[in-house]
Amino acid sequence: MSVIRTAGGRSVAFRPRALAVGLGCLVVAAVASVFAIGSGSGDYPMTTGQVLDTLLGSGNPADEFIVNDIRLPRVVTALLVGAALALGGAVFQSVVRNPLGSPDVLGFTHGAATGALTVIVVFGGGSLALACGAVAGGLATGLLIYGLAWRQGVHGYRLVLIGIGITAILTGVNGYLLTRAQITEAARAVLWMTGSLDGRGWDDAVPLLIAMAVLLPVVLLGCARAMRMLEMGDDAAFALGVPVERIRLTVLAAAVLLVSFGAAAAGPVAFVALTAPQVARRMTKAPGPNLLPSLCTGAALLVIADLAAQRAFSGHQLPVGVITGVLGGGYLVWLLATERKAGRI
Amino acid sequence: MSLTKSPQTETGSTAAPPTAARPPGGRYALRAAGLLGAVLLLCVLLALSLAVGAKPLSLNEAWRGLTDSASPEYTVVHEMRLPRTLLGLMAGTALGLAGGVMQALTRNPLADPGLLGINAGAAAAVVSAISFLGITSFTGYVWFAFAGTGAVSVLVYVVGGGRGATPARLALGGAALNAALFSYVNAVQLLDTASLDKMRFWTVGSLAGAHADTAQKVVWFILLGVLLALALARPLNALALGDDSAQALGAHPARTRAGGMLAVTLLCGAATAACGPIVFVGLMVPHMVRTLTGPDMRWVLPYCAVLAPVLLLGADVLGRVLARPSELQVGIVTAVLGGPFFLYFVRHRKVVRA
Repeated sequence: MSVIRTAGGRSVAFRPRALAVGLGCLVVAAVASVFAIGSGSGDYPMTTGQVLDTLLGSGNPADEFIVNDIRLPRVVTALLVGAALALGGAVFQSVVRNPLGSPDVLGFTHGAATGALTVIVVFGGGSLALACGAVAGGLATGLLIYGLAWRQGVHGYRLVLIGIGITAILTGVNGYLLTRAQITEAARAVLWMTGSLDGRGWDDAVPLLIAMAVLLPVVLLGCARAMRMLEMGDDAAFALGVPVERIRLTVLAAAVLLVSFGAAAAGPVAFVALTAPQVARRMTKAPGPNLLPSLCTGAALLVIADLAAQRAFSGHQLPVGVITGVLGGGYLVWLLATERKAGRI
Repeated sequence: MSLTKSPQTETGSTAAPPTAARPPGGRYALRAAGLLGAVLLLCVLLALSLAVGAKPLSLNEAWRGLTDSASPEYTVVHEMRLPRTLLGLMAGTALGLAGGVMQALTRNPLADPGLLGINAGAAAAVVSAISFLGITSFTGYVWFAFAGTGAVSVLVYVVGGGRGATPARLALGGAALNAALFSYVNAVQLLDTASLDKMRFWTVGSLAGAHADTAQKVVWFILLGVLLALALARPLNALALGDDSAQALGAHPARTRAGGMLAVTLLCGAATAACGPIVFVGLMVPHMVRTLTGPDMRWVLPYCAVLAPVLLLGADVLGRVLARPSELQVGIVTAVLGGPFFLYFVRHRKVVRA
């Protein structure tokens, strides 16, 4: 841990390695983004020079249209969704004190999916209505799980088990909604549930950007220090002056919102919330929630996954959720095997 | 209900192990009478399942449809209601017994084939068979269901920590596997829209698509699984005392575990291949049964075998009544009924310390 002290008596503490990991991920994400814009969806290859020129505002009009209206929004959405899901996952894993306690496993993304499916199947709504449905569904599920898990405080495994129960119910409900749909709507719904960035525009990126602009300071500046203390146990944190339940409620609410807005923009992309914080933790080798490195890792992960999804089979684009699902599933099994030996699950 | 000692009714009504040593007093008779009552309840549900549907029949008409090939109800009963009812009976028995065996084997009150991802394993294997290999016949993909079930039950057991697993840890490992497998199922369905149309009904868990031959094909697997599970009752009782004591009593813990895994694989694989993944039946029934019978597996398992199909058929009939003129798939009804039970259980019993 390094500390910088300013003349005014203020101090900033940081871990050099965590900082390096965060910056490294950002660089990777930036390079992947430029590459994704250069070779992205559609047949209009651009050189890296062209992309950079256009991004800096001196490209020709055709390039500007392709970059600013088509490919940049998709990449920005990918970066934001990855960051939002990863930060939500890091918060959950820290509060539940379990690497598996991610929103995908605990049912929040299922709730968002229920909301979105209801919009698709019952109201036949467009993408804005779908996003609202996803956020409403995720929030309602969050409230329900929090309310049910509350018994003189919300803590660890009870939250997990309640989440698992709610997930099972919502899986049934989602399945029912799917059977009620017309086949074209069902295909659209399954596509949304898998998570896809295809055709995402500024309409999808801007609400998420606003949500993150509000929520990131709350989590990163307001609660990060308290969360590190919470990981030492409720009693220790309370003794150190942390308002335990208030912090927990705040960060959980913020995480549910982040995950729901992320899902609203691109669907509940599988396993980013689970894997990104774990990858980040392994790279920083630091204890604690590792919020900022997780966020950067998530952004890089999703851009790279989307790039792979577009290029894995030539002439055939996969939704990004297929890639993260397959990779994340494999990673999960490995995690289960190794973490159990270490006694952390 | 008679409280006289009636060992014949007990051995006659199910394949319960007849070797049960008689406990003192009237407990034995009470439990036997209770089992008889459960069988009667099952008969009522079987009759209801034949009678209730898009075209409601009186019990009289249902009986005529069952027995008299000249009656107008014959086709409805024989083509649709009877296969569906028999499948519900078999799948219910299979899931209830599998749940009972798993809870004993893992010493884990939260074990359920649906919650631990075992049904999802079968689902993933079946979906692969349908989509990649073009296998659409039940006899074709049932083997994939067994493979998926077996692989995941071993995986979740190992991952959950084997004998040292806490309930919450096992449930969490199962939920994670569930998420991974269903994300795979989703992905496959997405890449293959033609099979999406077939599979979206299968993946909710439904008895509606039952044909006469599905029930016929599945019956031998389930029968074998049922016999194996019931034969394990006594060794499972010994295992409950811990491995050392079990060994001292002459039981073989390793052999019992292997047998239990095999029984679970047969029961869940066959039931899932026939009806799709159905959650919570294997969780709820053994818990209710244990409040009736106590922990003795020689009673728990036969009760599970009878009461689980009562629950499943009840859920199926309810699904047909609630959503008239269409219907709710049975997997949805059990999820919506079983979920609150699970939540109550987690909140009010001391499953989880904290």
